[in-house]
Amino acid sequence: MRSETLIWAAVAAIFAFLFIPILVIVLYAFSAAPIPAWPIAGFALHWFGDTWHDEAVRQALALSLEVAAVATLAAVLLGTLAAMAVARMQSATKEVVSFIAVLPIALPGILTGMALAAYFAFWGMNLSYWTIVAGHATFCVVIVYNNVVARLRRMPRSLTEASADLGADAFRTFRLVQLPMMASAIGAGALLAFALSFDEVIVTTFTAGAQNTLPLWIFGAIRLGQQLPEVNVVVFAIILFTAIPVLLAQKLIGESGKVAR
Amino acid sequence: MSLSRAFSALGWRRPGMANTALLGLPALWFSGLYLAAIGALLVTSFWTVDDLSGNLIPGFSLVNFQQLFSGPVYIRIALRTIGIAAAVTITDVILAWPVAYAMIRLAGPRLRAVMMAAVMVPLWSSYLARVYAWRLILSHNGLLNWALMEIGLPRVHIGYSNWAMWIVFSYLWLPFMILPVAASVERIPPSLLEASADLGMRGFATFRRVVLPMALPGMVAGAIFTFSLTLGDYVTPMLVGGVGSDFIGNVVYSNVGVTNNIPFAAAYAVLPLGVMAVFLLIARKLGAFDAL
Repeated sequence: MRSETLIWAAVAAIFAFLFIPILVIVLYAFSAAPIPAWPIAGFALHWFGDTWHDEAVRQALALSLEVAAVATLAAVLLGTLAAMAVARMQSATKEVVSFIAVLPIALPGILTGMALAAYFAFWGMNLSYWTIVAGHATFCVVIVYNNVVARLRRMPRSLTEASADLGADAFRTFRLVQLPMMASAIGAGALLAFALSFDEVIVTTFTAGAQNTLPLWIFGAIRLGQQLPEVNVVVFAIILFTAIPVLLAQKLIGESGKVAR
Repeated sequence: MSLSRAFSALGWRRPGMANTALLGLPALWFSGLYLAAIGALLVTSFWTVDDLSGNLIPGFSLVNFQQLFSGPVYIRIALRTIGIAAAVTITDVILAWPVAYAMIRLAGPRLRAVMMAAVMVPLWSSYLARVYAWRLILSHNGLLNWALMEIGLPRVHIGYSNWAMWIVFSYLWLPFMILPVAASVERIPPSLLEASADLGMRGFATFRRVVLPMALPGMVAGAIFTFSLTLGDYVTPMLVGGVGSDFIGNVVYSNVGVTNNIPFAAAYAVLPLGVMAVFLLIARKLGAFDAL
């Protein structure tokens, strides 16, 4: 089977393309040199300590975690409600609602960012912590919605009907039948929404005032060419810590693991 | 009869009311923030800015759009953005096929799960980290030039150029293409492939005439992401593009962040909105939304 060998060779090359940059990040995190160059001349661990004690990095990290947590919370509530509503709808309305619902991730980031900036300027609002959260929540909602809606599509309606037949009201049915079946999809959606918010930079630059989230700190440092060893450490840590929720979410979704972003 | 029971009964008899109750909060949030923001973008694109005070002047003026079409600068930037977005999309379609096909048709269940995870991890790992990695790789003293020298080839100067942007964008969004293509290959019933073979078609002919057309919705679904994400970026052009590699996003960003001319930035942002509207309508016709 020559064509199969050819396909596998291509696959190997493409996976190398996908992972070499990630490997590069891992290696540079341990580089001793203050200015990155290849090949790496010497290795050191002290940049990890220096980065950990950098007050600007710590503040940015704290803000990013907080924003991601609040945005994810809003996304879980709104995304789950929307998914449950769409799952009950007739196909015509369903199509319209599900088309509109994916717009925040289907439309370019610059558009979402610019639209929010124009909106806040329109009302004369100052950019703050809450404008960042609002911006992140718009696309986080879609992530949770997509995951829950996919789960509900596979969940037969007869189960909720059976629950009603057995005398449970809608809230009891939600608590005892629907929620347990949706829980892992909601969990996966929440993890992915958190990861996306934690990493977001394009929309954030339009909705943040004086605040620095971690991606904004990284972006600024790379652009100015300052504190690059600390940037190396931070991006390495981020890659390490985002891999965990992603693989976990993958497990929660189960099956063929189609994650809709 | 308890209150919750009364509500439940009402929701059962009138599904419309139950839908409204469920959808109310998300719909309010969505229309009050996201759709209203798009509306504000369109409205402010007709506003102007007071030159002296920098205050917004509401009204209806076409001056921003006139400025956009007045010279070749902004048109060239728009064409560069759309052109690279298209090139990235085509590149990713080509790169996604071997992976998607091998994952679904050739790999066993174990290997397939590993491959799926190997696609998911770069998809979700930090965007900035991956752009930064390429900045390091493509720089003059980077990994690429070192590798070229080691095998006796001359150095290349593709860091900070349109080539760099093409490579980095193709890299960044490739998983977004692999996943929907794989999902659509998975949905093709194996019996169709057997039937095609029974009718005497060779492997590649089956691929071209059966697999490829049936996976079209998946490719278009992937293209929505690869195209839109490239179209709406300004960070990658800033970090790996060189002088004169501005995207639409860079103009928008600098007009908001530096010169504080929100109306002009809004007017330029209307362009990607229009491009994506056309793109999404075509995608819907091709059935991409069922493949998302």
